[in-house]
Amino acid sequence: MDNLLLMLAPLFSSKLLLVLFFGTLFGLILGVLPGLGPTTGGALILPFTMTLDPLSAIVLLTSIYCAGTYGGAITAVLINTPGTPAAAATCLDGYPLAQKGEAGRALGMATVSSTVGGIFSVVILVFFAPILAQLAYEFGQPEYFALAIFGLTMLASIGEGSPIKNLIAGAFGILISTVGKDFMTSIDRFTFGINELTEGIGFIPVVVGLFAMSEMLTQSTLINQVFNRIALKAIKLPSKDDYKKTWKTILRSSGIGSFIGVLPAEGGTVASLIGYSEAKRFSNNPEEFGKGSIEGIAGAEAANNAATGGAMVPTLALGIPGSATTAVILTGLIIHGVRPGPDLFREQPDFLYGIFGAMLIANILFFIFGFFGAKIFARITLVPNKILWPMIFAVSVCGTYSLNQSIIDVWIMLFFGVLGFFMRRYGFSVVPVIIGLILGELVEGTLRQSLVIFDGNWLMFFTRPIALTFFILSLIALAFPLLRSRKFKKKL
Amino acid sequence: MKNVQNQKRANKSLPFFFRDEFRVSVVIILISVALLVTTFTFDIVPPILNRGIQPATFPKALLVLIIVMTLLIYYLATKNPWKVEKKLPRSFFLTLFSFVIFIIVSKTLDFFLAISVLSIFVSYCWGEKRLFYLLLVGIIFPIIVFIFFETILGLRFPPGIITNIYYS
Repeated sequence: MDNLLLMLAPLFSSKLLLVLFFGTLFGLILGVLPGLGPTTGGALILPFTMTLDPLSAIVLLTSIYCAGTYGGAITAVLINTPGTPAAAATCLDGYPLAQKGEAGRALGMATVSSTVGGIFSVVILVFFAPILAQLAYEFGQPEYFALAIFGLTMLASIGEGSPIKNLIAGAFGILISTVGKDFMTSIDRFTFGINELTEGIGFIPVVVGLFAMSEMLTQSTLINQVFNRIALKAIKLPSKDDYKKTWKTILRSSGIGSFIGVLPAEGGTVASLIGYSEAKRFSNNPEEFGKGSIEGIAGAEAANNAATGGAMVPTLALGIPGSATTAVILTGLIIHGVRPGPDLFREQPDFLYGIFGAMLIANILFFIFGFFGAKIFARITLVPNKILWPMIFAVSVCGTYSLNQSIIDVWIMLFFGVLGFFMRRYGFSVVPVIIGLILGELVEGTLRQSLVIFDGNWLMFFTRPIALTFFILSLIALAFPLLRSRKFKKKL
Repeated sequence: MKNVQNQKRANKSLPFFFRDEFRVSVVIILISVALLVTTFTFDIVPPILNRGIQPATFPKALLVLIIVMTLLIYYLATKNPWKVEKKLPRSFFLTLFSFVIFIIVSKTLDFFLAISVLSIFVSYCWGEKRLFYLLLVGIIFPIIVFIFFETILGLRFPPGIITNIYYS
């Protein structure tokens, strides 16, 4: 009961409501614009959050996360381009339905299923995050090391890119985290005599570079691309018939999305693809999929929004990001001096339940904004890239500079922008780099501390049941893409 | 699907040293080897201060892992070639060049001048010829950003020919 009251706290704070309002609005705009999204947007807004108290800052980031994930559906339906990668599966049926003159119906279903999925996942978050945090009390350094390894091996099965390329990118992310003074012995590593590097490479320059700047370079290769935008008269709430057809799909996808979200490193993209394929598998009319099936839209959208709450579970309970955007939120927590993990649940329940409540309200707010403002948000896609991206560049540069007031950070951002562009060009996803960077210190720190505990005996890791379980799960995570591709080949 | 297969076939018909998978793998391995060599220059901690492993051990292990996995992707690519990427357009190289200009101008003249120059240059190269919009992205918007960061966030930007006028 107390926790429920804590969840309602944002409703009684005008400041938090204002933050939620702007966060949701900003998230929707980011979600609608192809190439941007909650991850890039969160990274861009992170320096600005320094002026806010920790709760307001995280509420801002989480509302951007929820609304941005939904916003991608608007572009997916109207211009057949996913505003965010998580909306890719929505294109498959959203756009064909819009082409049939039913854009309002498609967006109505996307809005309702996203809201239901989002709210469902917040309920999961409220119930499961404290349980997971309670379990984490049993974890020592070896268990955390094994958990971090499990999080990293999960990179092998994230949606985009080949598994090995994802693992290389993850290892590269960890390598970046080793730049600077070794935190245990203060010995310089990879500093090459540059003083600014002794503090290590910051998260913001890397994430803004890999997401925003690399996207700017990608957009520079697409300046002649023409989008065929379908006109939207008004968004329509789903009819009784549509509800009858889709309520099972929405619930199933909400469950799938929440579960996928909880898995470290997975996120909305994987959730929506699985939600979509399961919707097709269970459908009475699978032949309609890809031609404008309302169930396809519901399956994909409920799943990707359900992944938002799910992804917050390991982020808050264990300090292991559940997705790329939660990696940004995790950085936000760290910057504001909040250490995620079991102690957070014991020491700052008001802070945690404030976030849960804010996520719940954000889901309701984006339903209202989406329902009444989708037509306006759709017009944002008309802002030409030749105007938009130079502006994003200005904000990226100033935001990156502002955190440490260091021009070197800006150059690092540009370097990672170029690197990110070529990584994406050759099929390496940039998301594992971010997750590797976030988990790098945890992996190395817990490994070294474990070895101190074990007196240098590596085999002792396997004498700890929880650690051993995570290692076995890691092996399964590594084998999973192989098994999946074999099964896929068999199907063909 | 057919298009991807054609692109893959096209890649396979190239001599191996022109193929993307070879070039990318070589670049990754060369950089990794260079970094691996660098790790041998890291200071060694005396056993009494050593916490678990030497500071160089972890990066060394990571780099070896990266090299092994790169060899593996190259081996797999010989069986299943990557698709050939389209040639990069002129606008890409101009944008890349604008980054270089930005670094030079921000280092030698002024941080905000660099942002303005890049914004106008990129916008123009991407096809914007209308003066008002060029001024919007190159002057009006950077001024708004400057005022926002300066007054609301209380940030002090690096000195330069324009920033100095404001601060003086």
